[in-house]
Amino acid sequence: MTVSQLPVERPVAESDDSRSRTGADRSAASPGRWVTLGVLGVASVYFLAPVWWLVVSATKTNSALFTTDGFWFGGHFALFSNLHDAFTRQGGIYVRWLLNTALYAGGGALVSTAVSALAGYALAKYAFRGREFAFNVVLAAVLVPQPLLAIPLYLLFSPVHLVNTYWAVLIPSVVSPFGVYLSRIYAAASVPDELIEAGRMDGAGEVRIFTTIALRLMSPALVTVFLFQFVSIWSNYLLPALMLASDRLQPVTVGLVGWQAQRGIGDAVPFNVVITAAAVSVVPLVVMFLSLQRFWRSGLVAGSLK
Amino acid sequence: MSVATSLAVSPHARRRVRTAAAFLAPFALLFAVVYVAPIGYTVYQSLFKLHRDGLGLSAPTKVFAGLGNYVDALHDADFRASLLRVLLIGVVQVPVMLGLALLLALLLDARSTLFKRFFRLAFFLPYAVPGVVGALMWSYLVAPGLSPITALGKAVGLHLDLTSNAMLAPTIGNMLTWGWTGYNMLIIYSALQAIPPELSEAARMDGCGAFRIAWHVKIPIVRPALVLTTVFSIIGTAQLYNEPAVLQHVAPNLSSSYTPIFAAYNAVDDNNFGYAATESVLLALLAFVLSFGFLKLVQRRGAEAAS
Repeated sequence: MTVSQLPVERPVAESDDSRSRTGADRSAASPGRWVTLGVLGVASVYFLAPVWWLVVSATKTNSALFTTDGFWFGGHFALFSNLHDAFTRQGGIYVRWLLNTALYAGGGALVSTAVSALAGYALAKYAFRGREFAFNVVLAAVLVPQPLLAIPLYLLFSPVHLVNTYWAVLIPSVVSPFGVYLSRIYAAASVPDELIEAGRMDGAGEVRIFTTIALRLMSPALVTVFLFQFVSIWSNYLLPALMLASDRLQPVTVGLVGWQAQRGIGDAVPFNVVITAAAVSVVPLVVMFLSLQRFWRSGLVAGSLK
Repeated sequence: MSVATSLAVSPHARRRVRTAAAFLAPFALLFAVVYVAPIGYTVYQSLFKLHRDGLGLSAPTKVFAGLGNYVDALHDADFRASLLRVLLIGVVQVPVMLGLALLLALLLDARSTLFKRFFRLAFFLPYAVPGVVGALMWSYLVAPGLSPITALGKAVGLHLDLTSNAMLAPTIGNMLTWGWTGYNMLIIYSALQAIPPELSEAARMDGCGAFRIAWHVKIPIVRPALVLTTVFSIIGTAQLYNEPAVLQHVAPNLSSSYTPIFAAYNAVDDNNFGYAATESVLLALLAFVLSFGFLKLVQRRGAEAAS
């Protein structure tokens, strides 16, 4: 079973709600339905309550965190002073962390998507010796977790003085075997050979065919590649934590954990400020997730076909 | 299926091979720098030890030690304990998480379930919170004095100390389950959605209840998705670091060599690169053996079931 022959996107999102509607009419009276609803309800409380706690806590003063009910608002409404405090502490370093994260995750994912698209297209649309071997290497690399590579990368970058520079995080971030894997499937599924051949007949060069025909056809899939890489860079904590000693270079994750590690003692950043900063940092990600759901699902479906 | 196969060694074909090579070059180069070189260099480093002279006056020198570091690591009680700890957490947490993910996916897939869109979003939300921020949030949720969970427990007369030694592993397991169940559920759910509705319909016509359809029709079909999520979870557990590292700041009783990556990190801090490299290699080997062993096991079972 070669991966490239499998359909990539199935009409998933459209079908499930219509299916549920017809189904609901038929078994409306079943008691199993209430049990199902109960189980799903309890599960959603488990998944949502911590996030709710985070949001509620971001509106509290530090002392109210310890004295009021954690899952409900209480005490003085301090959201704005917390925000002010988070953004201005240590000369506004929190803003710098957010910008660093945008550079690492945004820039890294952008370059990574371009590199992956080129490689995936080449693997899908050109015949050459060693193609299967190359693809198998990519597949094996998908299974190597990024954090497991962090220590070897540190050992390698340390003697060449790349440690504690932007490059220490950016270089590893632009390599995504999973992106190449996805790009290959998508290129095989969405770029017809006839179109490439027609381009060649018209005298277009290979690069031009790639940029004008292939890239356009692959673009929805490349959004998925970008998103996955963006989140994987955003959430890789060990690599920047190891590489970046200077807090001016750190992404927001490493910076926040640095604040948390001060444990709110003495002059340390108080808990309510750390909590507010943490809550703010995930807002862009959550918005991206909710608004681009379609792209997540197509990536996960492709992932599960391996 | 590729265009160039039909054309033998024509000038066109040769040019296309060159194009393909050029398209692959950026990835190949970066892959060599980020994957091949560090892995090779780490294996090489693991064969050397730092030799310090007795007084520590001159800089330590690097000497070839063969498998000496490996012998040391395997005799290192802390490192062995960290491997065992991760193994135990994995043995309990991975089945719990995947069982929950499968249950939720099956319930979401059932025809009569209401509010599917809401539940799907609710379950997937934790995946949008990056692991380390989730861990930070949970560290406050379990921190003594701050924990609203302990407060709730106290209200009903329960004494909960979620950062006590006995509770550390369950607390970390809970962080992982919270963060990753939705992601795994969505993979399984996508596989379930790809099952042709006629199949379940036919089973229903034959008088199968929802449970039997799930057990005999749906679960066997989504087996590949279950295998995939298990392999990813095994690998994920092997590299456990973020959650205990963040938890440590509210639970000082958490050992500083809690997981193998912790141990390797400490060795890096001590400038003992050879030892850090050895621990990384051993951990990678363990993750590989476990995930590959699991794949072989299910393949053999699958073959037996088919025959």
